[in-house]
Amino acid sequence: MVDQNYSTNQTEKDLFYKEKKKEEMKHQVVTFAMMIIFTLIAFGIVMADVSKMFTIPIIIVLAIVQVGFQFFYFMHMSNEGHTWPVTMIFSGIFAAFLTVLALTTIVWWG
Amino acid sequence: MSATATKKAGFGSVLWDYLTTVDHKKIAILYLIGGFFFFILGGLEAMLVRIQLIQPDNNFVSAQFYNELITMHGTTMIFLAAMPLLLALMNIAMPLQIGARDVAFPFVNALGFWLFLIGGIVLNISWFTGGAPDAGWTAYTPLSIFSEGHGLDYYSIGLQIAGFGTLMGGINFLVTVITMRAPGMTMMRMPLFSWTTFIASVLILFAFPALTVGLFLLTFDRLFGANFFDPSMGGNVVIWEHLFWIFGHPEVYILILPAFGVFSEVIPTFSKKRLFGYSSMVFATVLIAFLGFMVWAHHMFTVGLGPIANSIFAIATMAIAVPTGIKIFNWLFTMWGGTLRFTSPMLFALGFIPSFTIGGMTGVMLGAAAADFQYHDTYFVIAHFHYVIVGGTVFGIFAGLIYWWPKMFGKVLNEKMNHWFFWLFFIGFHLTFFLQHFLGLMGMPRRYWVFLEGQGLDLFNFISTIGAFFMAAGTILFMYNIVWTAMKEPKASGDPWDGRTLEWAVSSPPPHYNFKQLPLVRGLDPLWIEKTEGNGKMQPAEPLGDIHMPNNTIIPLIMSIGLGIAGMGIIYQVDNPMWWIVAVIGFIIFFGSMAVRSLKDDLGHHIHKEDLEKEGDGSNG
Repeated sequence: MVDQNYSTNQTEKDLFYKEKKKEEMKHQVVTFAMMIIFTLIAFGIVMADVSKMFTIPIIIVLAIVQVGFQFFYFMHMSNEGHTWPVTMIFSGIFAAFLTVLALTTIVWWG
Repeated sequence: MSATATKKAGFGSVLWDYLTTVDHKKIAILYLIGGFFFFILGGLEAMLVRIQLIQPDNNFVSAQFYNELITMHGTTMIFLAAMPLLLALMNIAMPLQIGARDVAFPFVNALGFWLFLIGGIVLNISWFTGGAPDAGWTAYTPLSIFSEGHGLDYYSIGLQIAGFGTLMGGINFLVTVITMRAPGMTMMRMPLFSWTTFIASVLILFAFPALTVGLFLLTFDRLFGANFFDPSMGGNVVIWEHLFWIFGHPEVYILILPAFGVFSEVIPTFSKKRLFGYSSMVFATVLIAFLGFMVWAHHMFTVGLGPIANSIFAIATMAIAVPTGIKIFNWLFTMWGGTLRFTSPMLFALGFIPSFTIGGMTGVMLGAAAADFQYHDTYFVIAHFHYVIVGGTVFGIFAGLIYWWPKMFGKVLNEKMNHWFFWLFFIGFHLTFFLQHFLGLMGMPRRYWVFLEGQGLDLFNFISTIGAFFMAAGTILFMYNIVWTAMKEPKASGDPWDGRTLEWAVSSPPPHYNFKQLPLVRGLDPLWIEKTEGNGKMQPAEPLGDIHMPNNTIIPLIMSIGLGIAGMGIIYQVDNPMWWIVAVIGFIIFFGSMAVRSLKDDLGHHIHKEDLEKEGDGSNG
């Protein structure tokens, strides 16, 4: 009786994890495909030789999105227990961004 | 290795034990010895500076030697004295306060110390090889590019090596606080010193890379023919100032936040009250760190950044006064209605509050961009930053050292001598630096070798020098006290100050595994909760079991020596390419020891349950 209960629980658990893994795999494949597409777009824009003012921002935006994919889907940053790494990465990005912004504005433009 | 075995050990084995240690408590003692040595060295340099300025047109030291003295005084005191002494306090107190058995990476902890020491030694070798760095502790380009001799090369290489060590220490503490807190020790139950250690480590992590980059550029400009700071080749001299201060301003918060943490431990303990406004203290600490990254250009108001940039940085600077003010009032309210005990750590805390407030006030004055054009590069600036660094950081270091001395060495320093020490140091400090505010307002510029007679500067400079002798006398008394205490004072109990936090729940000094069983933390000031609501002892959170501890290793020392040798080779390869051999040998030692460490498994050892049971209950006696 007890054993039976245990085993049904176990199968339910297995099912749950199977479902979850399937879901995760789907995300991985989709993001992987999207990253390849993004890279193709980036190369495509450069090869198409459109104006620089158009090319550079698009490439930068694509790069940022790709970094996000990398962090959240391939490095599992969206999973539980990653609050501290996420906080630290974002504060680091913030400090670096601020520095670059200030330097570009007051040293090279000012 | 039981306690009796270490007691009977000879000098050689004790030395070997310290050279190979990975124990955070012993590394704290190493940091203390290293930091205090450089503190004395920097103090001697300061004394020579003050003797030179005791009278107008003095000829005590030459102009060149004076430049070297001021440069090395600043560099030594910031990088080689204040930071290691704070790291000593962090190492001794933080793991105990959060209920951990060691830091997260004991090997890296040892490596951090040895890199600091080797970096400091490399920097100071310059005294014996034809002149120390002489471009000021900020090493502004282009002066630092054109400075002759190898002084500035020693500066860039020495600080680079020491900087690696500090960066490793910071990352280590971050991981320790995040992953190794005892059961029940949530972030918002952490003692404030552990919080400030954590936040200072965040600042180290984000600020030191700017220094690393700056020093690399300087090294390449000076030694490898690069032109990052040469305008005629398309470089830009102002970039160095930016990089230096992007690091340099967070650096001063790295120095002051742990001192704030010490006072936040000392004041509640000796007021017999919990810290007033704990959560606002945490908030203020985080806010100071956050704002600290946006104010660096207030060191550069006169560079010509333009009125908009100057205004933005001026306002950000003044905003920092708000969280700092929150802290000051919280300390005052902690004392309000408390049962005050005027022990020497408490005296330093009480001396700190008005001194630091004066320094903060002159800081806001300097932060007003328009007024700063008047104060810039005068003794007003000198007075300001000595008020915050000596009145804040150094007072904090001494308060912390005296407070945690029993945890490091098992004895309480002689209180009577410490009271004398405090008063000598406190009076000397104000005598030295208070009048420098007025010297600055009268127009005396900083970094000048001599001043002229009959300009109204004679008397104040004379008094200032007398004050410096008071501080020296106080420090000598403190050193005498250390020796006296080691010989004459009785052994201290685990809890000599009637403490509130976890470090006082273990014996003094603690066993090398810290906690036989990890304690269960039931709230803020966990030991105090057990004293008032329980039986005065921490409840264990786990059954008694084997404890896993890391093995001692000599590799960190060898690795650091390798990097030091490589640094010397790099400095001198411009004179003679044969020095490349030295550099290569150094790098072989460095990467070789890395390889040994990576390829050879070192799984540590276990202290067995049976041995732990034999050693008594391990709590405070």
